[in-house]
Amino acid sequence: MVEFFHHNLSYFLSGISVGGQYALIAIGYTMVYGILRLINFAHGDVFMCAGLMMVYLSASLPFVISVPLVLVLTVVLGFIIERVAYRPLRSAPRMSVMISAIGVSYLLQNAALYFTGGLAKVYPEIPFLSSSVTIWGATTRVVTIVTPFLTVILVVLLSLLIKHTKIGMAMRAVSRDFETSQLMGIKINRVISITFMIGSLLAAVASFLYFTNYASVTPSSGAMPGLKAFVAAVFGGIGSIPGAVIGAFIIGICENIIKGGASIFGIPGSGWTTFSDAFTFAFLIVVLVVKPTGLFGEKSVDKV
Amino acid sequence: MNREKRNHLIRLFVAIAAVYLAVIILEMTLRPTSILFTVLRKGAIYSLVAVSMNLLNGFTGLFSLGQAGFMLLGAYTYAIFTIPADVKASDRVYRYYDCIIGFDTGALAGLIAAGLVAALFAFLIGLPVLRLKSDYLAIATLGFAEIIRAIFQWDVLGPVTNGANLLREYKDLSRITLPFTDIPFPPTLFVFIVAGISILLIVLLINSSYGRAFKAIRDDETAAEAMGINLFRHKELAFVISSFFAGVSGALLAAFQYTVQAQQFESMMTYEILLIVVIGGIGSISGSCIASFLYIALSEWWLRGLDMGKFLGIAAPDLFRSGFRKLVFSVIIMIIVLFFSRGIMGDKELSYARFISWIKGFGKKKKKGAAA
Repeated sequence: MVEFFHHNLSYFLSGISVGGQYALIAIGYTMVYGILRLINFAHGDVFMCAGLMMVYLSASLPFVISVPLVLVLTVVLGFIIERVAYRPLRSAPRMSVMISAIGVSYLLQNAALYFTGGLAKVYPEIPFLSSSVTIWGATTRVVTIVTPFLTVILVVLLSLLIKHTKIGMAMRAVSRDFETSQLMGIKINRVISITFMIGSLLAAVASFLYFTNYASVTPSSGAMPGLKAFVAAVFGGIGSIPGAVIGAFIIGICENIIKGGASIFGIPGSGWTTFSDAFTFAFLIVVLVVKPTGLFGEKSVDKV
Repeated sequence: MNREKRNHLIRLFVAIAAVYLAVIILEMTLRPTSILFTVLRKGAIYSLVAVSMNLLNGFTGLFSLGQAGFMLLGAYTYAIFTIPADVKASDRVYRYYDCIIGFDTGALAGLIAAGLVAALFAFLIGLPVLRLKSDYLAIATLGFAEIIRAIFQWDVLGPVTNGANLLREYKDLSRITLPFTDIPFPPTLFVFIVAGISILLIVLLINSSYGRAFKAIRDDETAAEAMGINLFRHKELAFVISSFFAGVSGALLAAFQYTVQAQQFESMMTYEILLIVVIGGIGSISGSCIASFLYIALSEWWLRGLDMGKFLGIAAPDLFRSGFRKLVFSVIIMIIVLFFSRGIMGDKELSYARFISWIKGFGKKKKKGAAA
């Protein structure tokens, strides 16, 4: 058993690491859905844009400046998207807002395509994060080890923010009941803007961790992690932050175990990577059929 | 049948006949390499898939994002069915695999098979997914399209799908002949006939009692259920039929392109089709068709210069480089989504009476402008 675990350690490690990265993205989805009941299709592309910003900024600036700058610019991007594309449609039917989200996703991907010329951009090596370490015989990058810890720290900070500050209380109130909280004097627009900004900030952090591992950014490289993070959010019960984090870790670990299928299950073949992608969505469909509210979701009742 | 309705039908028939006549005349007179034919063919194909998506999103109220996946199923089925058996046996297409499908069919059988395979998959995927609420349905169908795309490139399925390599030498538009002869079928006419018949069938469905049930579900599920409409059965029906026609349009797209590869059917394609539906007006068949032709004409023809360095006589190779066209496009689309969310037609259909009143209204506006 120990031997088996030792032998496949690298898969488990990268599973936990990818899970942490998905968790950071999933929080953005789940918070927005909790408040606006909107699947923010553009969130994965915001994550991709953060990756591209880092590529361009770090080419001319030192990391001490470019890293915080990327964080700030991504937050600004999230704010602008909400302001321009979602706020005017606040009273429109839900389908229109979803279409607007898809429009933003299309716009961001096309903009990225234009600026990169469609080429994969090499992600810079961030010192410390990119250096390699050896743990119990498995060689990996520092980022793999740092990710789960950083994720947990950020999630704890976020929970403290939501539980103990005034803005956190406002967020909880808005997600419980949109209209009543407005009547109680909560400035809804401000709360929603801050939600988007927090989501984008976490997506930017996730982009540092994710792209350091994958080494290149393409205009469509936000789509897959975005979808998977969304599946994680649904699995955990959409609207619930701990649910999203647990869901993301489970998906990340399962995915990497399947990726290592040739060595873990002892069945050779090159189709395992294909299956690890398909697994996530098959999993989603199973979750939705068996328990549509997810692990920690609240039950909703349709009223006539 | 009252007189007005009969007049309306006659006008509609004359208009459609005129379109087909125009296509035949164009094919006889213009060079076959003219860009106009590309626009017409691709526009007709996109019209069909946009109308099939509109059947779900606009008429049944199901927000589905699986269109690209069903098109992929249709395109592959068509290609695999119509590659001649001797080509399959040789290594001209299946270079790295031994193809296990030993037969080939004609174009028509291929098109129908394409639709049926897509419909079968839709039936299976619909069983669990259509019981979900709207936004979950969107994600589940999008996820399904991604799985299909991954599985079709999987090397174990290589003997059927040729792995991640492209398929060609099937019955593309240049190889389709008139039935029982060797005379080539006019390609643009072929696309128009297939797309036209398919759209006609969808229109007939929407105007039937099933169509009214779909609209009732769209407007209020709970009320529709209380009126005795079986929600799940009707949703499944709409989903299967829509996917059937998405499969047919995928097959047409394969025939139009001469080669087909799973790689191209990504979620971006579904987004494009959805945005065409939005531009045309959600719930308008004629709107979807107009928007498709407009979209294709703009992207393939009129805005070409934005990618080529020169547009409207302004040469700026640094600004107008590859990809700029799509960027401009997505900005236009966002403006439509945000400020003109009813699209070109809203949920109305194009008709002679509306066209006349529009022209008159336009004249009046102009006069007013002149007076001021």
